[in-house]
Amino acid sequence: MFGWLVWRDLILAWRRRADVLATGFFFVIVVSLFPLGIGPERETLRTIAPGVVWVAALLASMLSLGRIFGNDYQDGTLEQLLLTPQSTYLIVLGKILAHWLVSELPLVIIAPLLGLQFGLSQNSLAIVVLSLLLGTPVLSLIGSIGAALTLGLRAANVLVALLVLPLYIPVLIFGSGAVQASVNGGSPQPYLLLLGATLVLTLVFAPWATSAALKISVE
Amino acid sequence: MLEAVNLGCTRGDRRLFRELNFSAGPGELIELRGANGSGKTSLLRILSGLSAPAEGEVRWQGKSIRSLGEEYSGAIAYLAHQNGVKDELSAIENLRIASGVAGNALSKSAAQAILEQVGLSRQQNLPARSLSAGQRRRVALARLLTSKATLWILDEVLTSLDDTAVNLSRRFIGDHLSSGGLAIIATHQELDLAADRMQRLELSKQFV
Repeated sequence: MFGWLVWRDLILAWRRRADVLATGFFFVIVVSLFPLGIGPERETLRTIAPGVVWVAALLASMLSLGRIFGNDYQDGTLEQLLLTPQSTYLIVLGKILAHWLVSELPLVIIAPLLGLQFGLSQNSLAIVVLSLLLGTPVLSLIGSIGAALTLGLRAANVLVALLVLPLYIPVLIFGSGAVQASVNGGSPQPYLLLLGATLVLTLVFAPWATSAALKISVE
Repeated sequence: MLEAVNLGCTRGDRRLFRELNFSAGPGELIELRGANGSGKTSLLRILSGLSAPAEGEVRWQGKSIRSLGEEYSGAIAYLAHQNGVKDELSAIENLRIASGVAGNALSKSAAQAILEQVGLSRQQNLPARSLSAGQRRRVALARLLTSKATLWILDEVLTSLDDTAVNLSRRFIGDHLSSGGLAIIATHQELDLAADRMQRLELSKQFV
């Protein structure tokens, strides 16, 4: 059943791939604007790179949050999903996994290419990928709570931003901290461990909170 | 099997109904009637477990549906106003994916057989976006047939269906009842079902 659900969301994303591509392009454009705006000075670019990549990833991820439950809510399939004899926790987890694969994994894959514009070393690029790999699932997990809470509300997009962005802050600090440390020649390990811990924590609690929020929104 | 005990429902400040009591056993049909806004859909959503009643409780086989949780979800099929059909998927994909997610995966040929029953075999590969309202309703009806649910909760099941499809749905509901299932159906049209045991529940008259 879990497999069917993820498969379903992947097919749906493929059939609406323009939406998905828009998120990717947004990420690419935002990150690329900084070198253009700031100029080619190597040291400055290298200093701002971790923050820029991570802030862009945060914003791109926020853009896609409405899609996790929004379409299913509108056409009534969300109700049907909640009425299947499966635990809501698993359903939510499946939808978050699909969302991560569709909306976040592409960001992780393009990020090293974008990092080249900032003159990051190979080692730092690897840390960019690793930190995003650990951090972006947390964005999907936390974001799903906001998406579920604002389901069916007017101005849901603005509300999601207000709800979710503050909760993203730890991920931003740990993620960009890891890259920063590797750029400055330090060890990114403590930051990566903290990111991993955040991932474990949200993996346990976020789907549960999202299930509760969904039940309220659907009612 | 299904029991509603002192059910009450409020929407905002307005009380839709209160102290609603009824019960139904295997093979029984409940026809739910009432004017627009009398709370038919609210009652069905409470019975399906999607919303919680303001007062009272719904029991299934003697136990509160809140405590049964997913076990109860497995025993019911709810066909709402909205069809729950994905525009981007074809009829057959909708059917196979919906039943796969619900935990009783269908083979392609089984899905085709069911679509043929509802008269959609020629449209099975068209995206649901290009189907008419009645044809989408038929897809939802097909989903109902694939479920192994004992209790069917149907909200205005006959809307936008043509005569052929209306007759088909009558037959499906009849078959379901005679095989020991229960159905509760909100409707404005005459159902004309030859159910052995049938009760009619009028919402507006009792409670306004």
